[in-house]
Amino acid sequence: MRQSQWWIGAVVLGVGAAFLGCGRSDYRTAEATSLKPAHERNMAPDFALKDADGRTVRLSDYRGKVVLLNFWATWCGPCKLEIPWFVEFEKQLKDKGFAVLGVSLDEGGWDVVKPYLERARVNYRVLMGNDDVANLYGGVESLPTTFLIDRQGRIASVHVGLVSKADYENDIKTLLGQDFSLLGDPAGDSAGRGAGAAESPVG
Amino acid sequence: MIRPAVGLAQRKVLSVEAPARVTLEKGGETQVTIRVKVSPGYHVNSDRPSDEFLIPLRLHWEGPLKPVETRFPEPKQERYGFAEKPLSVFTGDFEIEVRFRAPVGAAAGEAPMTGKLRYQACTDKLCLPPRTATVQFTAEIR
Repeated sequence: MRQSQWWIGAVVLGVGAAFLGCGRSDYRTAEATSLKPAHERNMAPDFALKDADGRTVRLSDYRGKVVLLNFWATWCGPCKLEIPWFVEFEKQLKDKGFAVLGVSLDEGGWDVVKPYLERARVNYRVLMGNDDVANLYGGVESLPTTFLIDRQGRIASVHVGLVSKADYENDIKTLLGQDFSLLGDPAGDSAGRGAGAAESPVG
Repeated sequence: MIRPAVGLAQRKVLSVEAPARVTLEKGGETQVTIRVKVSPGYHVNSDRPSDEFLIPLRLHWEGPLKPVETRFPEPKQERYGFAEKPLSVFTGDFEIEVRFRAPVGAAAGEAPMTGKLRYQACTDKLCLPPRTATVQFTAEIR
């Protein structure tokens, strides 16, 4: 676990540093990490947090699925641009071995977060985060910070700050091992392959 | 333990200064200019953000002087790629004017004043959590 945590922290710092030094105004590529090769991925630290209904949710509950783990807050404008994308991903891919997990870092708790979730019609599970979980993932003090976790529970990529929807789509499609368009093919099966065609676990 | 992101998280994007010392009579008033600097590329929400979920700039004081009036500058209405509407923000260098009054019953002599400026900063691509910057000056009450 210790080695895993160091790796996550290093990635967050590195991506963040590259990000802050970037003066580009578009949202593509510079901040995005490509997917790490499967054999170089480290396990995503497990955690247990409460959802809006008070149920305890563990990351390990999602083992076997590709998970988009998004740290965000209601006061974070860039985070709120991404949320409709995640709503769309959840809608189109939840039956294909994919799930979005939002972790709010709002100090105001559910009193602040629930009204926003209703307003934004968020259809995926959102959990209330805390410092312990943020620290597990390298501090996560810049928002949004999003981890893509593969079916084996390993961190495949980290995005610090706003990146493009296409970056997420490409990463998710690769992790799901499916060659369909997230936008143009809601059925998601035009390539004739199902979730079982996901990339092979390595390492 | 993880530590790397802390360095990123603690990146200082705002500084605040006040005059070292002000002098006023018991029952009298004085105006203090608070100078704020926001790092290039960052903005902080103004005291009147344009969205209910945004965290406004707030300045609170501890000490014997009572803040009678706080005047923030006119905020900028800036457009960012992540927001449909312009946001009410402060960027770069700006000043906050605070008028203080010394209570009639205040003790004569020097007293420390401490201001807490709560702010929340973002770039056009990411946001940092709300933070509090501290500013201090000495009030000499005669």
